[in-house]
Amino acid sequence: MLEIGLSHYLTVAAVLFTLGIFGIFLNRKNVIIILMSIELMLLAVNINLVAFSAELGDLVGQIFAMFVLTVAAAEAAVGLAILVVFFRNRGTIAVEDINVMKG
Amino acid sequence: MIEALAFYMFACTAVAAAVLVISAKNPVHSVLFLILTFFNAAGLFVLLGAEFLAMILVVVYVGAVAVLFMFVVMMLDINFVELRQGFLQYLPIGGLIGIVLLVELLVLVGGWTITADAARSAVAKAPAPEVTSNTHALGEIIYTQYIYLFQAAGLVLLVAMIGAIVLTHRHRDSVKKQNIGDQLARRAEEAVELQKVDIGKGI
Repeated sequence: MLEIGLSHYLTVAAVLFTLGIFGIFLNRKNVIIILMSIELMLLAVNINLVAFSAELGDLVGQIFAMFVLTVAAAEAAVGLAILVVFFRNRGTIAVEDINVMKG
Repeated sequence: MIEALAFYMFACTAVAAAVLVISAKNPVHSVLFLILTFFNAAGLFVLLGAEFLAMILVVVYVGAVAVLFMFVVMMLDINFVELRQGFLQYLPIGGLIGIVLLVELLVLVGGWTITADAARSAVAKAPAPEVTSNTHALGEIIYTQYIYLFQAAGLVLLVAMIGAIVLTHRHRDSVKKQNIGDQLARRAEEAVELQKVDIGKGI
């Protein structure tokens, strides 16, 4: 219990990932919270990568976590830009209406 | 002992803040709890010896991504009460799927061990922290072995930046702006007209 090992970190990451999934189900209508839930899931993945990297003494895991972070930042920027344009056109961000975007 | 205490503090705060991210009534509070989660995750990274990633997490996630979320939440005039309808309706199915997933993940975490060969097959062995700092060691392999991936990451950010600008940029008719192309394309024949004016009359 007092000896912190790999499985402790993996458990925290699993809980965070589950909370991310749960958040997507719970806030079906609010795209902003869904994007935040995706950020939570990516954070859980990063914790996993760094925990394994520290456990195995291999730095590649940390480099990979850095790339995941890059992609997460890009995803947030583009996602929020799409959200702003959608709000400008429709006046709401309700997810159910988003399928009107298809041509 | 102190490490265990710090771990439990960071882990519990991170999980509690994550719960509040998805359940807070006001999205502004959600963003603030997201920032708290990121800070605590950075603490966990420090405990794992990944100081550089912890720093990046604070700078990039808290400094850029979370602030971006905050801007969007505050900029858009949205009726959030309306968006929360159906919150309880999705609770059972979401809770069921969440619990199933969590149990699966925990069974997975509890039921396996790392093979003894794993440590020997490390691609880039982490040097001892007393000899080389984490940032130094990461830099030594990012700029050599992983230079192409590093450049690709930069390209991803460039594409995202251009994409976000193109998406949100809009043309406004009310704003007067200088158009260099039009100015350079002007010729004397179009701009100046010579008129023969009779004496004592106007044009």
